[in-house]
Amino acid sequence: MNNMIVMPMIIPLLTGIILVFFRSYIKVQRVLSFLALVATAGVSVYLLNKIQTDGILRLDFGGWRPPYGILFVADSFSVLLVLTTAIVSAIVLLYAFSSIGFKRENMFFYPFALLLVAGVNGSFLTGDLFNLFVCFEVMLLASYVLITLGGKKVQLVESIKYVAINVLSSWFFLLGIAYLYGTVGTLNMAHLSARVAEVGQGPLLTVISILFLIVFSLKSGLLLYFWLPGSYSAPPTAIAALFGALLTKVGIYAMFRMFTLIFYHEPSITHTMIGVMAALTLIGGSLGAIAYKDIRQIVSYNVIITVGFILVGLAVSTEVGFQGAIFYLVHDMLIKALLFLLAGTMIYLTGKTRIEEMSGLIGNYPLLGWLFFLTTLSLAGIPPLSGFLGKLYIGQGAVEAGSYGLLALAFISGMLVLYSLLRIFMNTFWGETIISEEEEVPLKKSLLLPCVLLGIATIALGIGAESLLVYVEDAAYTLMNPEVYVDAVLGNRK
Amino acid sequence: MKINDVILRTITKLVVFIILTFGVELFLAGHNDPGGGFIGGLVLSSALVLLFLVYDIETVQKGIPVDFKKVAAVGVLFAVGTGLGAVAFGAEFLTQTFEVFHLPVFGDTELATVLLFEVGVALTVVGTVVTIILSISEDV
Repeated sequence: MNNMIVMPMIIPLLTGIILVFFRSYIKVQRVLSFLALVATAGVSVYLLNKIQTDGILRLDFGGWRPPYGILFVADSFSVLLVLTTAIVSAIVLLYAFSSIGFKRENMFFYPFALLLVAGVNGSFLTGDLFNLFVCFEVMLLASYVLITLGGKKVQLVESIKYVAINVLSSWFFLLGIAYLYGTVGTLNMAHLSARVAEVGQGPLLTVISILFLIVFSLKSGLLLYFWLPGSYSAPPTAIAALFGALLTKVGIYAMFRMFTLIFYHEPSITHTMIGVMAALTLIGGSLGAIAYKDIRQIVSYNVIITVGFILVGLAVSTEVGFQGAIFYLVHDMLIKALLFLLAGTMIYLTGKTRIEEMSGLIGNYPLLGWLFFLTTLSLAGIPPLSGFLGKLYIGQGAVEAGSYGLLALAFISGMLVLYSLLRIFMNTFWGETIISEEEEVPLKKSLLLPCVLLGIATIALGIGAESLLVYVEDAAYTLMNPEVYVDAVLGNRK
Repeated sequence: MKINDVILRTITKLVVFIILTFGVELFLAGHNDPGGGFIGGLVLSSALVLLFLVYDIETVQKGIPVDFKKVAAVGVLFAVGTGLGAVAFGAEFLTQTFEVFHLPVFGDTELATVLLFEVGVALTVVGTVVTIILSISEDV
């Protein structure tokens, strides 16, 4: 028993509720929501270190022992993601303070942002499939509000698509849960793993697993990403950054859990499918990233490429591949938030969204330009920035598994990411300055600070990769050996 | 257009109390029988919705001057609070307990902390349902 495990979900949840009562005190809302996320990050660091000494932790709600009760399970994989979520969302909130505007702040922006974080953290930590569904819904409901908040026409158009597709996939999720419960009679993930291993993953269970694959593909934007670029470019920058950094990652996390813990017996079917889907995602995402000229579209397609890239790590299913995928997940949450913030800042400064309409920004805003360049390098995986190690390990994993096709696609797509972002960089920052000094919109320090913080984070994560690697190795070890997880949950250790 | 709805208004005055009582009955039954905070809350909010339909929103809000968004928030606070209460006593999150008390009128009564949790659920349901109905009605 360790009640700390539930805190990454409870702290944002409780703060979010309390903030409802402080509707007109914007300052209080800002301070409390920021502190809540910092506290969440603190708890995650504590948990992460405790897992290294005590092994996987679990908390049985209400004292009901698994498999009967619902529980939270904290292993290195989930807590690493919880920690990154807390850090990224805290920094994005800093950006929101000076950009989101009074109207949204007054309409419960902070409570919903915190509820979103609570749902994301809950999804990472839960050890029960139905609870995962509930946490997904908490996260999605908050995101529905955040995407429509403000009620601009484009937001409403995109939110209808977004809500429709997510309601549909949630319905599939529920169906899958019902099928699975009907087949093996449990929903505790560790118990599921044990039972599926016992009865063998027959054709029926494989079909159910494919249903889950479709559900999480819709949520994470693996191949079924047609809704993503539109929805992620409609809301204001801070919200788009939260979405881009967090939401697809939850789908990816769920896919990793399902296909390493429960459905890992038929890799020739399921993992091959994931591989093919990842490959198609890489191709489609790359085409999108180089085809469009709207910054927000390019950035959104970069999210899709990453989804494909990380799932190459799952498709090859080697320990090194997992390490790479986990490391890249952490890296990508930071860097996608940064990319969205930078893109949003450029649009805010110029009032334009298309790259051919901007030019010579580096003359006006040198720091912004260099930050964008840093982001480009980090996303392309240039050492010593944070993207390097993840790419290296996923590549190594693909070589070990002999998936040279995936390997080639993953690295070609990396080149195209570099190209698509350099295209933005060269079009917008190079060339003749179009903004004269009188017209120059001052770049507020409060907008630049979060970007700088994230920039520092990507450098620190790259240089300090060695110290993070301990946790990543432990996380990958647990993914590779599902019995460790099962023992920790179903064992008698209290 | 003024509708002559004397019968509806008169019956509502009576029926609302029946619905409210039934809601409380369902709420309390929920401990061991079908019922509970969610269903009780739905029935309670249906009484409020009936009031909003029969009388206009301003009249009802004059009589019941509460912000239902805050009612929902108080509800969630209650529900999460009982969970955290368990943490304060060193038990697992959401642990519930009960004790039999000897009360003057009721005799031996079982009082359970889960009742507080259910109060939270009921308040959340009432707050949410009424907020939904009110926001839909606003835009027409």
